[in-house]
Amino acid sequence: MSVRTRRRRTSLTALAVAAPTIVIFAAFSWWPIVRGALMSVQRPTFVGPVEWVGWSNFAYVLADPQLGQAVVNTLWFTALAIVFGFPLPLALAVVISTVRARRRGLYAALAYFPVIVPPVVAILLWQFAYNPAPSGLFNSILRALGVGPLAWLNDASLAMPSIVLQATWAAAGTSVLIYLAALTAVRPELYEAAALDGASVWKRVWHVTLPQMRTMILVMLLLQLIGAAQVFTEPFLMTSGGPQNATLTILLLMYRYAFGGSADYGAATALGLLLAVALAVLSVIYLRLTRRWQE
Amino acid sequence: MSGGILTSAELRRPGTRRMLLLVHTCVLASLVVAGLGPLLWLFAASLGQTDDVLSDPLGVFGHMTQWQHYVEAFRGVDTARLLGNTLAMAAGSAVVTVVVAISAGYVIAILRPRWAPLLSGGILATIFLPAIVSFVPLYLTVIDLFGTGISLQNSFWGVWLPAGANAFAVLLVTGYLRSIPRELIEAAEIDGAGPLRILWSVVLPLARPILGVVALLAAIGAWKDYLWPSLVLTDPKLRPISVALPQLERTNDLTTFFAILVVSALIPIALFLVFQRPLLASAGLSAGMKD
Repeated sequence: MSVRTRRRRTSLTALAVAAPTIVIFAAFSWWPIVRGALMSVQRPTFVGPVEWVGWSNFAYVLADPQLGQAVVNTLWFTALAIVFGFPLPLALAVVISTVRARRRGLYAALAYFPVIVPPVVAILLWQFAYNPAPSGLFNSILRALGVGPLAWLNDASLAMPSIVLQATWAAAGTSVLIYLAALTAVRPELYEAAALDGASVWKRVWHVTLPQMRTMILVMLLLQLIGAAQVFTEPFLMTSGGPQNATLTILLLMYRYAFGGSADYGAATALGLLLAVALAVLSVIYLRLTRRWQE
Repeated sequence: MSGGILTSAELRRPGTRRMLLLVHTCVLASLVVAGLGPLLWLFAASLGQTDDVLSDPLGVFGHMTQWQHYVEAFRGVDTARLLGNTLAMAAGSAVVTVVVAISAGYVIAILRPRWAPLLSGGILATIFLPAIVSFVPLYLTVIDLFGTGISLQNSFWGVWLPAGANAFAVLLVTGYLRSIPRELIEAAEIDGAGPLRILWSVVLPLARPILGVVALLAAIGAWKDYLWPSLVLTDPKLRPISVALPQLERTNDLTTFFAILVVSALIPIALFLVFQRPLLASAGLSAGMKD
């Protein structure tokens, strides 16, 4: 058997082995991505050929009076999610890293536990806890502290922070574990050197730990931004976007276009594409701006 | 612990140790309250009377007597079927994810045909595109496969097959297989083993740990999923419990509903407790596995 035929035969076998991957990715990943781009400039017709409508789907979405509200709400959610959800896991991980190795697993497991709870279970439970009546669960706790009662999800200005609180609770554990893993990679000599120079614990965290983890911290911040911009299930189940559209996010608007009765798939894909482009531009700008701090 | 933020000399100082103990105790207490608290409260409330839970939600730990709510959770409601559907959804997603990941990983990391970079590039590219770009077109593809009129709606395949297109799973397995010593593969080749034989007898046994992690992450991811199954599995006979829960809340007594909530969280929690070690070790990767 010549080298060439052998090579071709290997390549054919490889093709056969890769077949499940190629079929699944082509059908359920690559093609939907291409189709999404196509659909954003089409209008579905149920008989006959598709109708090309150019930018009209985008024009329709951009002219939708609800879009502005959805964008503002999503930005608000993202900002709150970063304020609540970014420093907390980092601080937790730093503290947990000082626990004896044998007991660290307990702390990590407790922090990770909410991630394991199915989101719908957690959301419906929190929704109950946000009961606006004075006898609601959170209101009862607040009463013991002499505050409230608050209307939580029924209050247009409080609904979004309430959702962010739940979302942070549900997601923080993953970040804690990622930071913990990154912390173990910090070389112990650096701490010893800093201690010899008389640096306090705070100074060590500030001048050794954080700079050593900066790449991870920067990546996590970007991932959290991108994830928060795509929030859906929490507002969908807790408030359906209310009250008075105060929790209507971009993905909820997209869901309404596609599955809210009008079946406007063109508008939905156009909005999805706009968000994806916005996130891509944001990522590029972010990586540019933070390049100075990366290794 | 030595070699951390605190030096071993400092750890021997009683003042530092007391301070550290205080901080650790506070953090542990908050983690118990915040991490376990909501679920413990839910469990306690599911054993109370609805009126008591509504009027005094903080007193639920004192009235844990109504165990029959767990019988009711299965009697009047098709909870068993919903759980079975969820289990089928999770198991099938895990199998498809593993099959695709090992198929891709074996080709990209071991067989390395000339077009392997193209394949891995195509898979990697999907990580950088937010899932929302393809969400609606994926839905339209699943309800009408390429204009053939075949619909995967209300079939578990509609959840299983798209779950397989998981770039992170492929990435994990490929990375793992890259670490297999080339000599092992070459030795098997010299012994006359073909590519399929090598996959079966050499690579699969070595890859078992990573395939277990991928299967576990895929199963838990599917168990947690809501939006996709709510669109694809609309038939009440097929829908998973996550999709049914918002409706069950309206049709059940509150405390019975709480029992249903506990039951639907039980299997992921059990999986977590059993496979804690590999799960925690790979949790950073699980961030990317689902949405």
